[in-house]
Amino acid sequence: MSRAALLVLADGRFPAGGHAHSGGAEPAVAAGRIKDAHSLEDFCRGRLHTAGLVAAALAAATAAGRDPVAVDEAADARTPVLALRITARKLGRQMMRAARATWPSAELDALAAARPQGAHQPVVLGLAARSAGLTPLDAGYAAAYEAVSGPATAAVRLLSLDPFDATAVLARLAPDLDQTATAAAATAARISDEGFDALPAASAPLLDITAQQHATWPVRLFAS
Amino acid sequence: MHRDHDEAFPERRTYSAADPVRRDGRRRALRIGLGGPVGTGKTATVAALCRALRDELSIAVVTNDIYTREDAEFLLREAVLPAERIAAVETGACPHTAIRDDISANLGAVEDLEETAGPLDLVLVESGGDNLTATFSKGLVDAQIFVIDVAGGDDIPRKGGPGVTTADLLVINKTDLAPYVGSDLEAMARDAKAQRGHLPVAFTSLTTDDGIKPVTDWIRERLTDWSAGPA
Repeated sequence: MSRAALLVLADGRFPAGGHAHSGGAEPAVAAGRIKDAHSLEDFCRGRLHTAGLVAAALAAATAAGRDPVAVDEAADARTPVLALRITARKLGRQMMRAARATWPSAELDALAAARPQGAHQPVVLGLAARSAGLTPLDAGYAAAYEAVSGPATAAVRLLSLDPFDATAVLARLAPDLDQTATAAAATAARISDEGFDALPAASAPLLDITAQQHATWPVRLFAS
Repeated sequence: MHRDHDEAFPERRTYSAADPVRRDGRRRALRIGLGGPVGTGKTATVAALCRALRDELSIAVVTNDIYTREDAEFLLREAVLPAERIAAVETGACPHTAIRDDISANLGAVEDLEETAGPLDLVLVESGGDNLTATFSKGLVDAQIFVIDVAGGDDIPRKGGPGVTTADLLVINKTDLAPYVGSDLEAMARDAKAQRGHLPVAFTSLTTDDGIKPVTDWIRERLTDWSAGPA
């Protein structure tokens, strides 16, 4: 394995469709809940410890070799909102396309065949990490970072926020990212004893509600 | 970029433009990208192409709207194609990213259209309105058209840029407006020739009957070349 593969996978320019999604930042900006770097940081921290933690744990579990279809079902159970299930599968399909081209593997092919319209994105991300020879902790890091880098990039476009400020927000979240990725890898390791109930089910109700509302907006910059 | 392996699952073949042949051995649809600045007539060109070619070819369209679904809805409203032959991709405020740097959403849309409306002969991928540097990835399309218009200033061909200079066909649209906006068509043709060398330029006015003909002629030639390629 090469640890550097994590840099490739977590790069915001990895061509897996993330650029068209705001991770809930667009409705939060419209509602005035994100209006500057400070409120962006609060939003990102909240998303990281809820949706981000769940995504990181799903990615870590898949990277650890758990049956991806079973993890995908666990992802469905932890995604109550239809709009977010659709988004997760759409992004999963795009991630699958990029992953099969960059780190081809029989496991990726098998999941693509089992879920032709896309598995949940964190599951595909975890399997991509596994195909790249990365660890469950690495997969947790990639998923956790994506949970905050997406909204931060979107906020720059939505608010014309100073890009240096937005990047500083991400840097300040580094200890939280360490904590989330480590917790995700730890829960993934407990699945053999406790089953999939070991995976976290943290939720952010406002993210869920506004995601469903955002899906009906006729004019928007981001797909989600 | 794209690497397929031999034993994989035919139901999930992911044809990038690098793979000209379907798994069943037939050539896949020719994919043509249409890019260009906002308001030059990309969607009107797509609509005119669909009307001119839909009786002889199986066509589908992917639109890349910047912040609405207006382009897809325009094509639906004009009924140039049935709804199942039109797909809209959302681009997160970055139209050039979706056609060049991260083509995954567009490839997914092409794949869906092949599945629901295929087999297709021609897929038109329309970019959201962008700037003079917007170009399509070779992983997404086989050839690209760049659409500018006479009203945007007759110095655009002279300014060049990747779209004007390298597109397989440069369309200069709205020639009927030239007298009203003081654009010199001969100078535009001369400048385009200087920028593009042997690459073709088509002057169009979509308000006249069959005004799209220079573009349909060009597409027919591309289709003939495409079909003649190795199966």
